[in-house]
Amino acid sequence: MEMLARADEPCQLLIAPTGGGKTMAGFLPSLVELAQGTHTGLHTLYVSPLKALAADIKRNLSGPVAEMGLPIRIEDRTGDTPSSRKRRQRADPPHILLTTPESLALLVSYEDAGRIFAGLKRIVVDEIHALAESKRGDQLMLALSRLSTLAPQLRRVGLSATVEDPQAIAQLLARNPDPCAILQADPGPDPDISMLTTEQPPPWSGGGGRYAIPAVLEQVKNHRTTLIFHNTRAQAEIFFHHLWLANEDQLPIGIHHGALAREQREKVEAAMVNGELRAIVCTGSLDLGIDWGDVDLVIQVGAPKNVKRLVQRIGRANHRYNAPSKALLVPANRFEVIECLAALQAVKAHTLDGDTDHSGPLDVLCQHILIRAAAGPFTADALFTEVRSAGAYADLPRESFDQCLQFCATGGYALRSYDRWQRLMQREEGGPWQLRDPRAAAQIRMNIGTIVDADKLKVRYQKTRGGAPLGEVEEYFASTLRKGDTFLIGGQIVRYEGLRDMVVEVSRTPNLKPKIATFMGSKFATSTQLSDRILEMFRQEDWPDLPAHTRDWLKLQRKLSKLPQRDRLLVESFPHDGREHICVYGFAGRNAQQTLGLLLTQRMEAEGLNPLGFVATDYATLIWGLTPVDDPATLFSRDNLVETLETWLADNAVMKRTFKSSAIIAGLIERNSPGKRKTGRQATFSTDILYDTLRKYDPDHVMLEITRQEAMRGLVDFGRIEEMLARIGSRIDHVKLQRVTPLAAPLFLEAGRVPVKGLAEQKLMEEEAARLMALAGLKP
Amino acid sequence: MNALDFAFSGTLLTALSSGALWWPDEELLCVSDLHLGKSERMARRSGTMLPPYEVEETLDRLAEDIATTSPKTVICLGDSFDDLEAAQAVRDELALRLAPLMAGRQWIWIEGNHDPGPVDLSGTHLAEFEQGPLTFRHIARPDARMGEITGHYHPKARLGAGGRTIARPCFLLDEKRLILPAYGTYTGGLFCDDPEFKSLMEGQARAILLNRPPLMIPV
Repeated sequence: MEMLARADEPCQLLIAPTGGGKTMAGFLPSLVELAQGTHTGLHTLYVSPLKALAADIKRNLSGPVAEMGLPIRIEDRTGDTPSSRKRRQRADPPHILLTTPESLALLVSYEDAGRIFAGLKRIVVDEIHALAESKRGDQLMLALSRLSTLAPQLRRVGLSATVEDPQAIAQLLARNPDPCAILQADPGPDPDISMLTTEQPPPWSGGGGRYAIPAVLEQVKNHRTTLIFHNTRAQAEIFFHHLWLANEDQLPIGIHHGALAREQREKVEAAMVNGELRAIVCTGSLDLGIDWGDVDLVIQVGAPKNVKRLVQRIGRANHRYNAPSKALLVPANRFEVIECLAALQAVKAHTLDGDTDHSGPLDVLCQHILIRAAAGPFTADALFTEVRSAGAYADLPRESFDQCLQFCATGGYALRSYDRWQRLMQREEGGPWQLRDPRAAAQIRMNIGTIVDADKLKVRYQKTRGGAPLGEVEEYFASTLRKGDTFLIGGQIVRYEGLRDMVVEVSRTPNLKPKIATFMGSKFATSTQLSDRILEMFRQEDWPDLPAHTRDWLKLQRKLSKLPQRDRLLVESFPHDGREHICVYGFAGRNAQQTLGLLLTQRMEAEGLNPLGFVATDYATLIWGLTPVDDPATLFSRDNLVETLETWLADNAVMKRTFKSSAIIAGLIERNSPGKRKTGRQATFSTDILYDTLRKYDPDHVMLEITRQEAMRGLVDFGRIEEMLARIGSRIDHVKLQRVTPLAAPLFLEAGRVPVKGLAEQKLMEEEAARLMALAGLKP
Repeated sequence: MNALDFAFSGTLLTALSSGALWWPDEELLCVSDLHLGKSERMARRSGTMLPPYEVEETLDRLAEDIATTSPKTVICLGDSFDDLEAAQAVRDELALRLAPLMAGRQWIWIEGNHDPGPVDLSGTHLAEFEQGPLTFRHIARPDARMGEITGHYHPKARLGAGGRTIARPCFLLDEKRLILPAYGTYTGGLFCDDPEFKSLMEGQARAILLNRPPLMIPV
């Protein structure tokens, strides 16, 4: 009701837990204003991160509106909407249009955008917390900056789940420098959340949680519908497979994740809405606020890594507003027992992870400039002012904007230019910018969007066996398969038969053990807040809340070595199995610890310490080599690490991958349109070549700067290494031991060991070539 | 260590890491599929503005190979230009860069499917060229006799290295024919296990991966 009272304010952010009916609250002022039947054209725009959510809301809204006989037309518009209806919507927009950030960006790119949006009064952004930290959110806010110019009377409403820092989201949402009112709804009762204890202690390492399957099945039996969340698709697949093998009562259980074929996902969704499933094994694809019916238990397998995500997942259970949600955490290994406890404490204390500073990424800005150009001529000054009205770009320097504009116009190359073929041009000096070739607008529209998937290939059964689709795997994974290899997909073990018309063909196999581990999923890093809580916990004398096995483990570590502390860095060194080891407890999250491993081994290589490889987890990096490290402190000087980072970044797969997605978003290369087959040798060449060429001939090019910024805050995560270095200062505790310490032991079992590249890999390639030649009976 | 010697059709040839073929006895250097002007053509055709440095990068490598081998003859085995318009567009830059490379040696442009007909540059322009037991042309002929050297397909191959698979452009050869990798910077490739090669290659084919040093593997 407060929303209604304050409906005239330029910007409002409503914060309410999942299931609080906040979406309907967001629409109330629109319905009131439209009820008189005097408004013509578009009145309210609703944007959600999911197509399915837009369709869902349309159903929920249209019912009551029709019952009350209100003269309001409500339609949705997403990538799935037929083009005939899309055309009609442009000519004659409905009163309320429900859409996604991508479809809105497309609308904004049309020459008649001014006419479509002229009467727009309100925009409702749903699940804004899910968009806030992503490029989709940045793109949306840039589109809003355009809408506010086209429709100055536009009021903005954001709907968010519970977040730590509502002010940060409010700043992103509001037109800078407009104020934004924040309305907090009653958060409802605290969730009933605990750790699932099992007779068998969790293993020392690994992430699957298989040991807990009997206990999980028991829980499924005792509840109506259980959601079983995993952090990665691969883990979900493996868990589901073993859950089925143990499912003696034949309980109906399904699996749902983003790599499954759409037909399969829809089947599971339908079965779930109809209450036919007792449990669904799933990943983040079920994270957002769609109402999936009567869930009364959420199980999180593996440490949640991030408290905010955990709280939102728990919100999936029990959509009755007044009943507490019920959730169980299943630590996948011994260290995660500690992490789960830290997460439980955080949920009880109502502290969520803070958002990191978010400044608008430049690749999204480049795309926005092209979108603006597709809609018609513009002046640089006006567009710059408009862009700065979006919160994330409020501090954008003019120089960066001009660089992006140059990039869009001419490619922005220092040594050569595309005089004849530039994309944007000014007909006169200082005049407005426009497309050189108006036909380019169609191509710009084809490339709209900020989600860049790894190239994926469809997987299906062989034609002779029905050809049913199973899902997708990354092209890279498919390229490593040989005929006869077996892998897991959709909970089934299949045998690779071959690649046909860019489809991976497989057959059923009686084999019970997949030979090749499944494709990789995303790996989340433990948030700073959780890491801090764990370090805080280590200061306690004893840990009565921890199960005995984990308690004893920590006590032993304290006795034999030390427990890591927040403002110091613990480095252990010990020999094992004929190799020298050092273990660095940086607690900086998996990505940063991985980067730290790469940097440290490079330093060690340079200092003649002969590193052979390393492995990283969320809390530590273990490095092995031939020579003992006597004085680790020198390895950790910030200047040294930064210098190493510079050289290392130059030729690094992470940078190349980051470059590729930024290049697609910024419009340097075209998105592979779906269904378009790669044929012939000419069609594509690796974007790695573009990256290498730019580095060699144009090292200051804006695309390289964008790549650097992206990698630093993404996969490389150097920010958290810097954070750690600042935290520990020069306080490094080096403990020398004669054998493996309790806390280091699990790292020896950790998957994902990284060999130190260079001469070693070269040697392996030569050996493999020689072996193949000998096998074939050939002489070189 | 940037070269691998191998026997082919009664000659001794050398595969260079750069993707060039060196015939020491005749002091002949052969490169294929330079695709010069590719970025210009892409800008013209699709509006994509790739880093316009591929002419420079490709010629830098060619200059290096010429400096190391000092050939009497250089053969560009077709598709030297991404199309004839591209050849025209980069003509001035090319003429400047090529002059010192061409000076004092025989230079043969073989025509390809991308650049049929002569280009406005000095040198000899031919559809194909024979020397001793070897025939140089752009596209392999199914009925070719022994000793055919071609380009066109941009072959590449995969090799495992400790759990990773590494893909590289490669030379592809059997008893009768040798297919060169694409030398141009902006070029993709076709894997050796592609059906297109099956009808072409006979007996036990081998691939030489571009690497330092180049590595020979069975296909």
